Amino acid sequence: MSDNTGPKMVTLTIEGRTAVVPEGTSIIEAAKTVGVLIPHYCYHPGLPVAGVCRMCLVDVEKFPKLAPACATTVMEGQVVHVHNEKARTARTGVLEFLLINHPLDCPVCDQAGECELQDYTFQEGRAESRYEEPKRFNPVEDFGGDVMYVPNRCILCTRCVRFMTEVADDPVLNVSERGDRAFIGKAPGHDLTNEWAGNVVDLCPVGALLSKDFLNKARAWELDRSASICTGCSQGCNITVETRDNTVVRLKPRSNDDVNLYFMCETGRLDYRWINRRDRLDQPQVRSPDGALRVMDWEVALDAAADALRGRRVHVLASPNASNEALFLAERVREASGGQGWYRVSYGHEAPLPGVPDLSLRAERAANGTGARLLGYHELTGAPTIGADDAVLIVDDTLEQHATDALLQALRAAAVLVHAGTTLPTAIADRVHVTLPLANHTEEEGTFTNLRGRVQRFLQSRTAPGLARPSWYVLADLTERLGLTASLAQPAQVFDALAAAHAPFAGLRHATLGLRGRLVANAAEFAEANAGATT
Amino acid sequence: MLSTYFGDPEARTLAGWRARGGYEALEKALAMDPAEIQTLVKDSGLRGRGGAGFPTGIKWSFMKPDGKVHYLCCNADESEPGTFKDREIMRWTPHGLVEGVALGAHAIYAETAYIYIRGEFTEPIARVQAAVEEAYAAGILGANAMGTGRRLDVHVHRGAGAYICGEETALMNSLEGRRGNPRIKPPFPAVAGLFGKPTTINNVETLTTVPYIVKHGAAWYNAFGRADNPKSRGTKLFSVCGNIARPGNYEVELGFPFGEFLNELCGGALPGREIKAVIPGGSSVPILTREEANAAVMDYEGMVAAGTMLGSGGVIVFDDRQDMVKQIARLARFYAHESCAQCSQCREGTAWTTRILERIAAGDGHARDFDTLLSIGENMSGKTICVLSDSCATPVASGLKKFRHEFEAKLGPDRSRGVVPALPILGKTAAA
Repeated sequence: MSDNTGPKMVTLTIEGRTAVVPEGTSIIEAAKTVGVLIPHYCYHPGLPVAGVCRMCLVDVEKFPKLAPACATTVMEGQVVHVHNEKARTARTGVLEFLLINHPLDCPVCDQAGECELQDYTFQEGRAESRYEEPKRFNPVEDFGGDVMYVPNRCILCTRCVRFMTEVADDPVLNVSERGDRAFIGKAPGHDLTNEWAGNVVDLCPVGALLSKDFLNKARAWELDRSASICTGCSQGCNITVETRDNTVVRLKPRSNDDVNLYFMCETGRLDYRWINRRDRLDQPQVRSPDGALRVMDWEVALDAAADALRGRRVHVLASPNASNEALFLAERVREASGGQGWYRVSYGHEAPLPGVPDLSLRAERAANGTGARLLGYHELTGAPTIGADDAVLIVDDTLEQHATDALLQALRAAAVLVHAGTTLPTAIADRVHVTLPLANHTEEEGTFTNLRGRVQRFLQSRTAPGLARPSWYVLADLTERLGLTASLAQPAQVFDALAAAHAPFAGLRHATLGLRGRLVANAAEFAEANAGATT
Repeated sequence: MLSTYFGDPEARTLAGWRARGGYEALEKALAMDPAEIQTLVKDSGLRGRGGAGFPTGIKWSFMKPDGKVHYLCCNADESEPGTFKDREIMRWTPHGLVEGVALGAHAIYAETAYIYIRGEFTEPIARVQAAVEEAYAAGILGANAMGTGRRLDVHVHRGAGAYICGEETALMNSLEGRRGNPRIKPPFPAVAGLFGKPTTINNVETLTTVPYIVKHGAAWYNAFGRADNPKSRGTKLFSVCGNIARPGNYEVELGFPFGEFLNELCGGALPGREIKAVIPGGSSVPILTREEANAAVMDYEGMVAAGTMLGSGGVIVFDDRQDMVKQIARLARFYAHESCAQCSQCREGTAWTTRILERIAAGDGHARDFDTLLSIGENMSGKTICVLSDSCATPVASGLKKFRHEFEAKLGPDRSRGVVPALPILGKTAAA
């Protein structure tokens, strides 16, 4: 990180700790580097500074007045007090002001448990109210899109206004009226239907902007959260999958400066219900001599699949939402037998977020198209050529979207059809020899490669139905039976085997991917090849 | 000086203004180096007449010939309750203002100046607009200002009626077409102001004074003022209103005794009445009692010594008929209405203060409200982007201190609203 040509560094003292930060850093960011969180509302690292909530006022020695930590840049030798009497009293004052007109309806508020007003009030607010006057009241308003506005809870931090104006470049929101009559207004005739508008709900530090989709669904403290990657498009936005009782109830963006900063689009955010679908395959099945698919245990089914594929040329039709690991193992089978590798992908509109470079809802609506291409798969347009004696291994292509009759006919004509997936496509159900139930991406661990060649990990957030197993696990068992790989017992081992076998992944190790991902060796090519498409 | 031609309709026209020596100073100034004018104004001791009293010459000296586009903004948004001096300047001597603006623009290396006039000032707007048009037609303004080859443009902008737009950074936002919210400083306007360019903002009275200084010299101007105070020089307009015999605008030398001003010049209290309180510098400054006012001196330091501020020079007089609680509540209501709603303390604090005061005024107050008011005021002061919040807290605090007996006389029965008595713990008596 630090090199001789870097910016000039400034040394200052914050709460008795020494911080060394680049010149021009704000006090609030400098404090983070030494583990001091200065309470704040209007400040957000992804937005222009407003300095209006006055919550982050800190006592800087030799300054005549308290200074807003978000709007004050560090100076050499500065001594900053965050938790002394003067600064704390000011914050307590702000909290009191913010609460006088607040309905204090935490028990029915969706934000409770993840509300910064609640947190800071609990930390250092007054225990009792001195406000004896009637409270201001404004009715709830539907802002359109997925957003609902509860003005009584609003603290007018203007994060939402700044996001829509400066980041989304769609100035639909504004501050209307003055004084304590002020509220967040919406431009007449416009709704929050912007592809990125849902981020205002995440940005809102209190319960004023709520997701209609999530409304009254769960309390924040009931949710389990795990790090994942959005499968909505090839951008690879880092997300948190939030589950309640093993059901995915909400997707939230997870910050990654290299991919999506703090944001995610509505297409990705609201497209999660399919993850919870109930018509999942949950037991391995093998076609018995009487022609019916019969439930078998895993060992029998895997043996049957290996036997069916052995000695044949095997083509693979894989989903571009399959992990690198699954694609790699299936590719072993294909490559050893001289078969083809295909994937099918849908396309949609592009929707860039103007305020963030290289962040867009991408046309390619799959998480791992790049991974598939790097691993030797080709996009299938039209019908594949499948020899009369060839086998086809289907890896989680649900055949639900734009599956042409020609494609289905070709698949049905294959000598052997082995299916590994989350659901069994009805169009080929009567033709598959073996079907192996797979976990979906929220039920297993793995990696995706985004359009810029960034390999990113996703973690398991819920359990798979029935006997379904992670895709890497199932396919590793298959490749081991076919004598193509050694026994692979961990997703990390699969990834490391992949990195050893494929040049673009050379040098990557599962252990060092972290949660922000690493670029493949030839990532520069993707940046250039795609630069023209996004600008 | 400034008020010489108040009431003289001929002074409003270009010909009339020229006949009274108008635009001679501008002609002289355009031949001078801007830095020279800056020094001249610095030496004159002129300080900003809008309220803050910052030395004008020093403010101008922040503007260097750096090759950047500079702007001059004339703050004619005079909205401070009790202040109406700029209105009179614009009504009677619009050319005096235009001359001052053009001169000021030259002095800060600007080609473009904006006069931001309060929207309600329909007559002043018409007068200034007419003067600007006359000046353009006569070649005083335009691409070749007074034949010097220099470009000087003056635009008249009509505000939309927000008090806060008189705050200099809010004024710039408003000029730019944004919501009139004050900006965080730094950056100061001299670094990044209007449209991000170095900008100077001056009050109408300040700019109108400058031609006199250029014409007669710094020493001439510096000679006005009391001998023992080198910091407050020159003359100043005071607008007097309220319960006083002769309200109106008065121009006096700084350092004039306030008691003599009120009782002699302005004729004192109305017949049969007695002055009770005086706000000397616009509604944002601490209130004075009659005794304090009579002892005060009318200059920046004199007013500070009296525990208040010279401010904008808007003198509001209250006599013994006035209910101070009601008056202070009215002031607070003004600030609550005008708060731009950015800073939490101001948005909520001004409204809260108003509600408490109005409740006390209605006879439903309790002694604990005084502590709450002072504590709210403390939390509102010195913590916000601009000083509107402080401006609301100041008269409340001073009023509560100096007229506490009037507040106490209004207290009602304790209704203990909002105070929940401690619940008795099961098995124990509450008294235990």
